[in-house]
Order: sequence, then structure tokens, then C-alpha cells
Amino acid sequence: MLAADGRPLKASLNRALRRQKIRALFLIAPLLIFILVSFVMPIFDMLLRSVENQIVGNTLPRTVVALQDWDENADTAPDEVVFAALYTDIALAAEYKTHTRLGSRLNYEMTGISSLFRKTGRAVGRFETDVYTEAFQAADPAYADPAQWAGWMQDDNIRAALPQTTNTYDAWAQMIVEEENDIPAEEEPWDFVYTALYADAAGGAALPISVDLSAIEPVSLQASFAEIDEDWIDPDVWQTIKAFSPSYTDGYFLNAVDLLRGADGVEQRPENERLYIGQFINTFVMSLSIMGMCVLLGYPIAWLLANLPARSANLLMILVLLPFWTSLLVRTSAWKVLLQQQGVINDLLVWMRIIADDGRLTMINNQTGTIIAMTHILLPFMILPLYSVMKTIPPSYLRAAKSLGATDWTAFWRVYFPQSVPGIGAGCILVFILSIGYYITPELVGGTKGVFISNRIAFHISSSLNWGLAAALGTILLTVVMVLYWMYDKIVGIDNVKLGG
Amino acid sequence: MSGLPPYATKAQTLRYYGLRTLCGLIFFFLIAPIIVIIPLSFNAQDFFTFTPEMLSLNPDGFSTKHYEDFFSNSDWQLAVRNSLKIAPVATLISVSLGTLAAIGLSQSHVPFRRAIMAILISPMIVPLIISATGMYFFYSNPYIPIPFYGKIELPFTLTGTYLGVVLAHAALGIPFVIITVTATLVGFDNSLTRAAANMGAGPVTTFFRVQMPLILPGVVSGGLFAFITSFDEVVVVLFVGSAGQKTLPWQMFTGLREQISPTILAVATILIGISILLLFTLEILRRRSERLRGMSPS
Repeated sequence: MLAADGRPLKASLNRALRRQKIRALFLIAPLLIFILVSFVMPIFDMLLRSVENQIVGNTLPRTVVALQDWDENADTAPDEVVFAALYTDIALAAEYKTHTRLGSRLNYEMTGISSLFRKTGRAVGRFETDVYTEAFQAADPAYADPAQWAGWMQDDNIRAALPQTTNTYDAWAQMIVEEENDIPAEEEPWDFVYTALYADAAGGAALPISVDLSAIEPVSLQASFAEIDEDWIDPDVWQTIKAFSPSYTDGYFLNAVDLLRGADGVEQRPENERLYIGQFINTFVMSLSIMGMCVLLGYPIAWLLANLPARSANLLMILVLLPFWTSLLVRTSAWKVLLQQQGVINDLLVWMRIIADDGRLTMINNQTGTIIAMTHILLPFMILPLYSVMKTIPPSYLRAAKSLGATDWTAFWRVYFPQSVPGIGAGCILVFILSIGYYITPELVGGTKGVFISNRIAFHISSSLNWGLAAALGTILLTVVMVLYWMYDKIVGIDNVKLGG
Repeated sequence: MSGLPPYATKAQTLRYYGLRTLCGLIFFFLIAPIIVIIPLSFNAQDFFTFTPEMLSLNPDGFSTKHYEDFFSNSDWQLAVRNSLKIAPVATLISVSLGTLAAIGLSQSHVPFRRAIMAILISPMIVPLIISATGMYFFYSNPYIPIPFYGKIELPFTLTGTYLGVVLAHAALGIPFVIITVTATLVGFDNSLTRAAANMGAGPVTTFFRVQMPLILPGVVSGGLFAFITSFDEVVVVLFVGSAGQKTLPWQMFTGLREQISPTILAVATILIGISILLLFTLEILRRRSERLRGMSPS
């Protein structure tokens, strides 16, 4: 069959269809790109951060390489080579001021490392490695000449002969440019460069100008570090550094579920450091109670609204929609004011002589406060889907059941209730999804007991600055929500989300 | 059940009134906390409870000093200005991009419709704290990811900037626009656009002269949702914004967390007034939309 322009009809139709698809995609594309950039990428960035761990490798690059040969199961500290690498790394990190950040990062895994790094950063400049510097400079003044150093370090033969010195000098030169804003060719290299030079020379490398090494008394870096703090020869510290040296880690996730990577693999954290499992359970239990309260309070209201004549139902609907439209902060402040010890509810109860003046109820800054306030805030989200389902149940079914001899209760329980279950399901998932990730209300009325996992996330972002842990907790929460969202989509369909009736 | 039948038994009467009382109490629970704020905001004292003078309706117990404080305090005024600077722009972005996409989505053959819809609705489903965390990380150091290469870091930051907050709020408002506009488009008769095209109107003319007037109520209510989302949002602005973008809800949040001042009650009362206004606007829009589409208003 041919179309009017002489082409086969099928091809012509296919072309029209393809054009239609492309046009639709063109209309959607700007928004899709916008959402991908402004929303989806940030979420992926968060997911990435929950496993990312480049800080150890970036701050202590030489140490991480040197540690590869150290057997972490042996009960001894690493050898001098590792300490030499650590010396260079820490001396550089102290200039970049990154050693404290690394210290706080590793402190999440092992308490005490933070102060160890801070102490070491201060002490590392006072090591007795200046004996190397002095010995080299005394042997030949060329070793004290910055321009001469810069010249050597451009000579490929010398670079190949002195690998450690080259590596250290390059890092030092970069630091001089970036941190001190000086020119390396005008600055005398620091002690750790000479230390690396000595290490190369002691290894049998040919020096640009030969020096008699036997006159130099070698300095033990291991002993120097041990002098700052005994912890440096503690194999546990080194196990932690080695365990967290890869670029990606499951450490944050383990921490988020109260586990830790100890010497013999994954183990539970000590009793007094277990926080998050309890916090997750707390979040779950409170969200479930809020959901339950919403069903109990929402069901009668939805039933009444669905069965009243349209005019009065519309009027009463305003009473549901007004809280729905009122600012969240307004409702939270209302509850904060009402539930206080000197607040309206306590005053009323005292006035009615239900409680004594000195026996005022504590209804705020605990779980009760959070559950009351959040039930109030989320109740409309239960009523609206319930109402829209109940609206579709024909009232004649109930009458039919009754005319067949059912009592009021049987008619309700066997005929009406099963038909309203989809509404309960939709409302429950919606309320649960919304409550499990709530932050504002628990923060304001929850005190210390009535807070959710989201409050922990916020704490780790703004106060403790443990971003990786915040990201790991967020990822777990997001997974739970996504599973619920998927269920909601299966049961209700995202297209059927109703807003405000 | 529009009334109690005359033959109702005693138990049925009891149940009938029992249910009504229960519902009355629940409605009271829903509405009372909001209503109580209003008289409390006129308290002459700095208390959060009714003073004896207020209860005896003595005029000395009432004053508008908390309102005066709100209108004269520079912190609050700055917060109001910031909110009014951020919300309309965020709304404009969500509405313009959202309406276009909703029109695209309601065409008959859209590939990956379900997946696209799920992505566009996700800002409403993902908990705000997670969106805020992600945006805090990403906006402070935005980059372009390139597969198998790594990433190109962009030389600017969006945290603490007006643009960052606006972008974040626009993203949060989009699901509401998509939902309301696609719902309006379900009742849209596509033969109208074909008729317009038949009479020689180009796609742009058809859109503005035929389609837009018909879906306008949906667009406006989507816009209102987007506006209120931005206007009422705290979590994301707390993380992405800096002191320069302190909005009204942020100011309320810090006020409630640190030392609760009665000015908050005055602000809350004003906001309640705004929500009542919004509620009525939306109701009028809904009825108009149903009338236009030839449905009887319920």
C-alpha cells in the first residue's frame, strides 16, 4: 500500500512516528539535562564519596608504596625504609597542612591517631637529619648551592642514578612553588632531601660529586619517630594506615553499621562505640509508630469525607488541606510552643487539675514530641490517598451486604475494609517514605532521644566533618527509600500521585 | 450515610455519634495547633502561653509588638527579601522547563517514558537531607565526569551563592510541576492542536494560543506548588546557602533552635494567612480547570 506521496505506507508511518518520538524527546531534554546536572549528579557524588578514600594515598604517597612490602600480620613495626618514606611525606604534608586532615580521617578508624599526626607534624622539622645536610655541604660547597641542585635535577643521568633524591626533590620543589611562592633554584633544599640523597648514596648510587659516607653517623628515623610518640612503633597504627591506603574503602559503610576492620578482619565495634544500628532501629520504630498513628487517625476522617454529601465534605476538606499548605516551620513552631513544660497543653492540664503544677509532663525534646508533631505534619498525606480510594467504593456495596444480613461490623470488615486496603497501602508507604528521611522537625522537637538517622547525617556534615560516614549513612537511607519508592510505583504508580486532592 | 435513618437502633445511634465525635477530635488535632498560634502572636508578654490578661480578654494583654519587631528587625527583613529573591526565580525555572517536559511526556509515543518520569519525580521522593548532602558535596566542587578518563573540575563553586540555591530549589520544585501539568494534559483534546495546525497555525502559535490557555490552571497550580516548596524549604538552603542567602524558614529554624523568640509566632501567623490565600487560589483554579474541560465541579 502506498501513501499519497508514493512511498510505502508502512515506511511513511514509521517516519512520522519516529519524528513524533524525537519531538517529544526534544521537549523533555532540557529538563532532563537540568535534573541530571542539578540533582542526579549530586546524588551520585554522594554515593561515590561513601567509598572514596584517596586522602591516605594523596597525603602519604611514598609511605603507601613502601608499606606494600610490610607484612601487616607480623607483630613488628615496619622497617627503616618505610620510616624514611614517612619522614618525607610528613615533612611535606606539614607544609601543606594536610597531615591534620589525614589525622582526623584516620582517627575515625583508630582513636588517638589525630593527636599523633598533629604532634608529629610539629616535631618532624626538629629531627637530627641535619647531620646529613651538614656532612654533604662540608664535603663540597656545591651541595649547598640551590642553582647547582636545580642543574643536577635536570640532568637525566643523575635523575636515573638517584631515584629517591629525584622523587623527593621534585616534591619539595613543587611545595616551594605552591606553598612558599619561591623559586626552587634559589632555595637550599631541606633536610629531607639530603636524607634521601644519603639513602641513595648508601644504596651504592653514584653521587654527582663523590662524598666519603663513612664519616657520617646514620640517623635512625624509626628511633626519631618513636621518640615523638611510642605509637609509631605500634603495629596497630601501621595496620590502620595500611588498611586505609587503597583509594576505595568499605570503612565508612562498616562504620555506619557499627563494624570495624580490625586485625583479624571485620568485627563489631566496642560496646560503647556502637551508635548507628540503634539509630537506624530508632528511625524505623518511630517512622512505623508515626505511620500507625496516621492510619488510626486518618482512616475515620477519610471515611467521613468520602461518605458525606459533596458540599460538607468539601468544607471539611479545607480543615485537612490547611495544615497541608501551612509552612512546615509554622507547624513545628506551633508544637514547640504547645508542648513545652510551660506551654499551653501543660497549662490546660494543670488548670483542669489532671496533673499537679510540679508534675508537668515532658512532651518535648523526646520521642513523644517527635511522634506527635510528625503525625500532625504527615496526617494529610495519609488522608488524601485514602480519601481518593474510598471515593471510588460504591456505597451500594455496604447496603447490599447489610440487606443480605450482615451486621454493621461484618459489612464494614468484610466488604468495605478490603476495598480500602490499596488506599491504606499507598498512604502508609507515602507517610513512611516521608517520615524516615525527616530532618527539621526531629531536630527541633526531638531533643537527643527523638532524632532520626538524618540528624546524624547532618551532624557529620556540619559538625564532625566526617563526610564519608555521612555519605555512607545517606546511601543506606537512600537505598531503603528507593526500595519503598519502587514498591509505591508498583502498587500505586508514580503517575497517580495526587497533590492536594 | 448522609444521616441517621429513623429506624436506627440504639447501638447504631451511639456508633454514629461516636464516630462524629472522634472525627471532630481528629479535626481539632489537625487545626487547633495552627489556630492557637494566632492569638498567641498578639501576646503583650514574651511568653508562649496565654497570660491571665489574655484569658480575661483584657486589651492590655494584647499588643502588636511582635509584629513591629518583625517589620523593624533587619535580620527578619533580610530573610524575607532573600526568600522573595530566590523563590520566584526557582519557580520560573521549574515551571518553564517542567511545562515543556510535561507536554513532551504526554505525547503518545515517548521512549523510556517510565524511566524518565521516575528520574523527574525523584527530587520529591529522595529525602531532603540526602539531596542536601549530595548538593553540598557536588555544588562546592562541581565537575564534569568523563567515562574512562576521570573528571574535569570546574573552576567555580556554587555553594554559598545565590545561583546555587536557586538551582537546587528549582530541581526540588520540578516534580510538582510535572505532576500537575501532566494531570491537566490527560484531559487535553489533541484534536484541538491538529485543528489549529490545519488552519495554518505554526507550532509556537498553537502552543501559546490554543494549548497554553487550556492547561494554564494546571501550570499555575504547579507553579504555586513549586513556589511554596522553595519558599518553605530549609534543609537544602541550610547546606547549600551561606549567611547571604538566609531565607525566612532558615531564620525561623535558627530562631527555634537557639532561643525561641515570640517574633516567630508573628511570622507564623503571617505565613498562615498566606497559606489560606494559596489554598483558595488553588481551589478556584481547580474548579476553573474542571469547568474548562467540561467536567462538573465536585
